[in-house]
Amino acid sequence: MTMQLYPGLNLGEAHGPDHAKSETFVFGFWVFLMSDLVLFGMLFGTYVVMRDATAGGPGPKELFDLGSVALQTAALLLSSLTCGMASLALKYDHVSDAPVPPRSLGRWLALTFFFGAVFLALEIRDFVEMFAAGSPPMRSAWMSSFTALVGLHGLHITVGLIWILVLINQIGMQSLRGVIKQRLMVWALYWHFLDIIWIGIFSVVFLGGLL
Amino acid sequence: MGLVLFFAFTASSFAADTLAQPSHTFLSPLGPIAEHQRDHFFRVIAWTSIAILPVFLFTPIILIRYRRSARATYRPHSAYNPKLEVFIWGVPIVIVIALAAQLWTATHRLDPYKPLPGDPVCVQAVGLDWKWLFIFPNEGIATVGELVVPVGRPVAMELTTDTVMQSFRISALAGQIYAMPGMRTALHFKASEEGETRGENTQYNGDGFPEQRFPVRAVPKADWLDWVQAVRESDLSLTDATYARIGIRGDLSTTGKAIGSETDGPIHLSAPSPDLFGRIMARYHTGAALDPSHQPGSDTYDPERSQLPEEPMVMHGAGAAGCGPMEHADHG
Amino acid sequence: MADALFGRLSVDSLAVLHVFEDATINNMVDSGAAGLVIVGSVAAILVLKVFRLWTPLFRDWLFSVDHKRIGVMYMALALVMLARGVIEGVVMRWNQSAALGGGPLDPDHFGQLFSTHGTIMIFFVAMPFIFGLMNFVVPLQIGARDMAFPVLNQISLALTATGAALLMISLVVGEFTTGGWTAYPPYTGAVFSPGVGPDYWIWAILLSGVGSTLTGLNFAVTIYKERAPGMTLMRMPLFCWTALVTSILVVFALPPLTAAAALQALDRYLDFHFFTNDLGGNMMVYANLFWMFGHPEVYILILPAFGVYSEISATFAAKRLYGYETLVGATLCIAVISFMVWVHHFFTMGQSATINAAFGIATLLIAIPTGVKIYDWMATLNLGRIRMTVPIVYMTGFFFLFVIGGLSGIMLANPSIDFQVHNSLFLVGHFHNVIIPGVLFGILAAIHYWFPKVFGFRLHEGLGKLAAVLWIVGFSVTFFPLYGLGLMGMPRRSASFQDPSYEPLMQVAFYGSLIILLALTTVVLTIVVSIVYRRHLATPLGDPWDGRTLEWWTSAPPPPWNFAVRPQVTGVDAFAAAKERGDVYAPLDHYEPITMPAKTSIGFVVLVTTTLLGFAMVWWLWWLAIVALALLVGAIVVGSFYPPTEITIPADDVAREDRKWRESARQDRGVTRDEEISALNHGRAAPDMVAAE
Repeated sequence: MTMQLYPGLNLGEAHGPDHAKSETFVFGFWVFLMSDLVLFGMLFGTYVVMRDATAGGPGPKELFDLGSVALQTAALLLSSLTCGMASLALKYDHVSDAPVPPRSLGRWLALTFFFGAVFLALEIRDFVEMFAAGSPPMRSAWMSSFTALVGLHGLHITVGLIWILVLINQIGMQSLRGVIKQRLMVWALYWHFLDIIWIGIFSVVFLGGLL
Repeated sequence: MGLVLFFAFTASSFAADTLAQPSHTFLSPLGPIAEHQRDHFFRVIAWTSIAILPVFLFTPIILIRYRRSARATYRPHSAYNPKLEVFIWGVPIVIVIALAAQLWTATHRLDPYKPLPGDPVCVQAVGLDWKWLFIFPNEGIATVGELVVPVGRPVAMELTTDTVMQSFRISALAGQIYAMPGMRTALHFKASEEGETRGENTQYNGDGFPEQRFPVRAVPKADWLDWVQAVRESDLSLTDATYARIGIRGDLSTTGKAIGSETDGPIHLSAPSPDLFGRIMARYHTGAALDPSHQPGSDTYDPERSQLPEEPMVMHGAGAAGCGPMEHADHG
Repeated sequence: MADALFGRLSVDSLAVLHVFEDATINNMVDSGAAGLVIVGSVAAILVLKVFRLWTPLFRDWLFSVDHKRIGVMYMALALVMLARGVIEGVVMRWNQSAALGGGPLDPDHFGQLFSTHGTIMIFFVAMPFIFGLMNFVVPLQIGARDMAFPVLNQISLALTATGAALLMISLVVGEFTTGGWTAYPPYTGAVFSPGVGPDYWIWAILLSGVGSTLTGLNFAVTIYKERAPGMTLMRMPLFCWTALVTSILVVFALPPLTAAAALQALDRYLDFHFFTNDLGGNMMVYANLFWMFGHPEVYILILPAFGVYSEISATFAAKRLYGYETLVGATLCIAVISFMVWVHHFFTMGQSATINAAFGIATLLIAIPTGVKIYDWMATLNLGRIRMTVPIVYMTGFFFLFVIGGLSGIMLANPSIDFQVHNSLFLVGHFHNVIIPGVLFGILAAIHYWFPKVFGFRLHEGLGKLAAVLWIVGFSVTFFPLYGLGLMGMPRRSASFQDPSYEPLMQVAFYGSLIILLALTTVVLTIVVSIVYRRHLATPLGDPWDGRTLEWWTSAPPPPWNFAVRPQVTGVDAFAAAKERGDVYAPLDHYEPITMPAKTSIGFVVLVTTTLLGFAMVWWLWWLAIVALALLVGAIVVGSFYPPTEITIPADDVAREDRKWRESARQDRGVTRDEEISALNHGRAAPDMVAAE
């Protein structure tokens, strides 16, 4: 029986019991992501309602630095690519019971961490610049909703980065082998999910704000 | 049993309502809006009863007839009956369609934003803790703790608050509408007969919330003009400083004392600044943060420091003196 | 320095001391309540110590990941909170009955009462009752061994308990908000409510909200993935269907609440401007966010109760459920429409008549599937052999009372009527009228129905019926006057009133609330008496009501693994069908070892750290908040370095227990439904009038 009851990359039959076990776990994580999506949706909605509520303060045109946002987007998209490569490495290089996991997985994860960290650093820099330029989140409802929406995404990225570090540390642990596969799979879902959210933020907040 | 109790209590409330003078709910209306609301209320009860009466009727019958000890016909595997199914879905669907049609008409007909025909009296209501300030911009008067309207002339009211959100209702004349800081809502109603009733805030806003009531009198036009004249001659005028003191938290008598009114009753004020209402709304749109000491309703409010902006808020769709046609959920 | 250490906390924050400063009636009630919490906690600790229950408490309960035990803990938590909620209701009715010209309580105290009452009843009574019920029943009904994520389940319970704990702490230290359970800004903002009250609300809601979301996720996955072989979705018992739909609603409806509370927290703590008066804040956004949660929430609560009514109507009429497909369809309709009606909670906010009418009509639409459901249950009873047991008494009360709540709901769905009765006691009457007969009666019926499965003995039938009648009468006497008062114009949340015509009905309502208190006492008494007479009421064989669904096909209480061999399902009412086919207790010859998740302390760690975190955030004890958060995150990260622990029960152990149960069941002669309420009922049902058709 081919089990593929959730969307996305499966471990595949070759992984034996790990494949079956990941079924419920990954499906559950999909449900979590749907819930998280609603949370982002609420903040998107709030942002759109408050897009004109700059209360005389600076708005998108004064504050947004499209160059930096483009760089962030590039970094995040690259990290998604490396994340995808990590998933493929997991699926195809971890099949056998090889005692030592291939290095490619760890390498892709490290690259993902790097690009994610670049994204986060650029984002934090932009926030600091905006705040320094006299537009802290207390300045207006618009700035509050901008900070909350983009900040929530940034917070998710931060959690994702800590998560990668933990996973990189756990990959070598024999006692966790099956569990680690599941965690890597849901972490990858999480990471791509954040990418999609970012595309939304990029389009609605940044492009929408500058149009 | 439940239905009996429900009707008993509803009936008793009617009785109590009729006995208690003066009347003050839409069940004994003083104007056309509340009257339509009352009629709609009874229509909805009548229509809905068609769907719920079978429950009252058949539940006892089924429970008695098919009680275990009765050994009546028993069909343990019966789980579907096409004829019954038509009834089960049909009744609620038909009734909901009928109710929906009436809901649509009544909602549009009784839209509080819809001006009533005739030459309206314009009233601007400002919610404060815990009283309402009524400004009659065209008459050049204002009152706290009393609203007097002429019989037969529609009232066009616009509302805001200078503190937390409140809800304005004069049940015997019209339904309620929220009043929100920095925003403007509208209410149109008309008194078609003389009488006295009351209005209130129904949205909890702190300790003095239950005190936020005021008498409403609907009087003949001539009497109303006399009343306007009397108010206009009041010694107290609605200056910015007076307004700031009205903003201090408290009921009518506290407010009276704060502005030096000589009576404990309603406060009459002359010569409100013509754009006061707009400037109250503008307080929240200056582009600067509002210190709590400038915010009526806060613990640290200081009427000496609180100042309204010079310029009123620019409102689209409004006439010169306000109370003109309005858009819904107007943010100004 | 002291500020850094103690934040906003001071000796004045201790409510129990207020009465010594000024011995008013108000302060007596205030300090008395705080004292009751302290005395209750100390008494609980003493009982645990004297009877040496500490170890069992942690080993068998707090560390357990067994869905049955977690379910029981949810129910126990809800029952304690229900007691507080009901007492608060009585105190409010008492205050209002004497409130002509000013009541005995301070307005501020009254404000806290209606706020805690609402928050507790929705989030810490109704929700944990529903979750507790689902926890116990769903895995058994679908023939599963446990939840899909048992450890996550324990964490969800811990987070719910954290919220409840913060509510209880607010009674002793500081005060609760006066902004109502809906916490509408700007009133609850820092400018108008600078105290700790709204912060208690925010943290209780945020932390327990995370728990609820995870519970919803867990049940959705459990029901999708863990069903017994052969149990297709359309063969699930109706309760599982409602639990599934409720879980989906939770997953999608809780995030708006989380957003609303979190944005309010940003406003209060960091001076953001989402809902403030100035700088572009807009409280209308809050109203929308809150009710995008708030309306589905109503169905989150009531759908499982509807599921209960479906189960008990079929069981106690000894008949198949009428219109299974219809009921499933109606449940799905309600779930979908429930997301499209939220604006009806603020028709009076100034939107256009067209928007109001559209949302009003959407609200009316919900009446169709709901009406269909009631007719379906009547059709189930029709042509049955009805036993007037306690659950059916509750159900009868539900039929009569709930349709009146439906009637007032239809009225409120009409914007032009809502303009008049919104924010009045009519509205209070309405939602109590749907939630008490709908949700609470459903829960009480469910407790009577499933209690013998949980503990292995029935509840006392006579006392149970007395309690049911008292609930029905108490409810009617308390809440029907509120409709009248609302129509007479009385706004809700009034600590006092000036209109003498309100007084008589107010006093009737107060006496009604005393009957409700008596009803609750009778429920507790029923449980106590039943424990005393448990040998007499014992039904260890597990099928006391001639049940139709899988949960009755195992011993009572069930073994930790629920079913020695997972049953094979071939249709709806799997157990009833099996009983008709032949011997359901026939010996099995093959058993397999069973792997179950091991006990864990992570839930307890979450409970302690998040309670500390919430308390620290409320009182601005930043250092403590950082410590608590670090401990929480640390525990999760460190825990992830250890493999998940499981225990394997050898096939022999499983076989021994299962054979013992099957053997006793075969030895028992079984009872017909005529002897159901007698000491002869050991939980084996004898074939009964099946031949009638």
